[in-house]
Amino acid sequence: MTTPAPHDPHEPHPAASPRNEDSWARPVHRLTTTATGAGQDTVTGRRVSGPVQGFGQMWQKTFTVRLPGDDHPAEAVVATWKALFPTYWPKGSTFYSPLSGITPGEVALLEVAPVPGSPVKMSTGVLVIYADRESFTFMTPEGHALSAWITFSAYRDQDETVVQVQALERTSDPFIELTYVFGANRANDRFWEQTLANLARSMGVADPVVTSVKICVDRRRQWRYVRNLRHSAAVNMAVGTVTAPVRWVRRRRVTD
Amino acid sequence: MTDTTVDVSRSGSTAILRIHGEITGGSEPALMEAYGTAGDARSIVLDFGALDYMNSGGIGLLVTLLVRAQRAGQRLLAVGLTEHYRQILALTRLDEAIAIHDDESSALAAAAV
Repeated sequence: MTTPAPHDPHEPHPAASPRNEDSWARPVHRLTTTATGAGQDTVTGRRVSGPVQGFGQMWQKTFTVRLPGDDHPAEAVVATWKALFPTYWPKGSTFYSPLSGITPGEVALLEVAPVPGSPVKMSTGVLVIYADRESFTFMTPEGHALSAWITFSAYRDQDETVVQVQALERTSDPFIELTYVFGANRANDRFWEQTLANLARSMGVADPVVTSVKICVDRRRQWRYVRNLRHSAAVNMAVGTVTAPVRWVRRRRVTD
Repeated sequence: MTDTTVDVSRSGSTAILRIHGEITGGSEPALMEAYGTAGDARSIVLDFGALDYMNSGGIGLLVTLLVRAQRAGQRLLAVGLTEHYRQILALTRLDEAIAIHDDESSALAAAAV
């Protein structure tokens, strides 16, 4: 470990470009996407929303699976993961990649089941805020159930490659927080556990063991963000579903 | 091995954490130990003037530090950010919670208010 010379606080800070500058997305005020195929785009025009802007308790969740042997270098695993990302998701949820794939600044669209097995899908998306050869990170938009950063990475540990998903997340609004208390938190965990298991199986691990570590980083709820409800894809989906018969009847009356 | 060193100094009720090297997920021990040294400071100034590299794991670490500071009733301020890292804090909307200043003297003045 090197010890650099102490920085003089009165000296101007260095202006040289950092070595990973191209790995970061440029700041965006409102999101746009090149992803196609999703039934609905609820992301365009929205801002990103990370754990700082979320409502619920803050969780740090780390899921890992190990690939034994030397056949899967970490960088190769991450490259494959980026290229085939949607294929590892559990059934019932769909990831619509942007045109240039998982690269910094791109926005993907998602359709996810609010509860496992539900025929109704919730439309949302993610912004790729960071991507290098060893990791990539998504940040959620307003309206997503979670205000989160989710980092996907791989690294070598002795004679194994460790593949990891680490999420730093709060639920976005009180409605989702309530569902988290009553089981959605665990369902979210299972989503990433199944994803890692699918990835490991695709790389030849017959019976993958996924481990998870969950830490509640902040037990407080951020009531100043209660108004996130107005963006909620879940609430919009619920209202749309409940009012569908009324809208159908109105359309019938107009056409009659 | 993560190359992170953090020097801690004090100016009145404000602690200054000067970060050298890189901030990644592996920087947690160095950063949290330095934060622990800051003790009962009312404000924490993070000086990024000697920062070489930060990845998304490092940004996550800053959020964890922010939560700890907020729980302790402390304000978090930042100085010495290059344009690139200012953009990253804007991208991640961390700049809504961490006050960014051009130099240490203006951060110390703001912390004293």
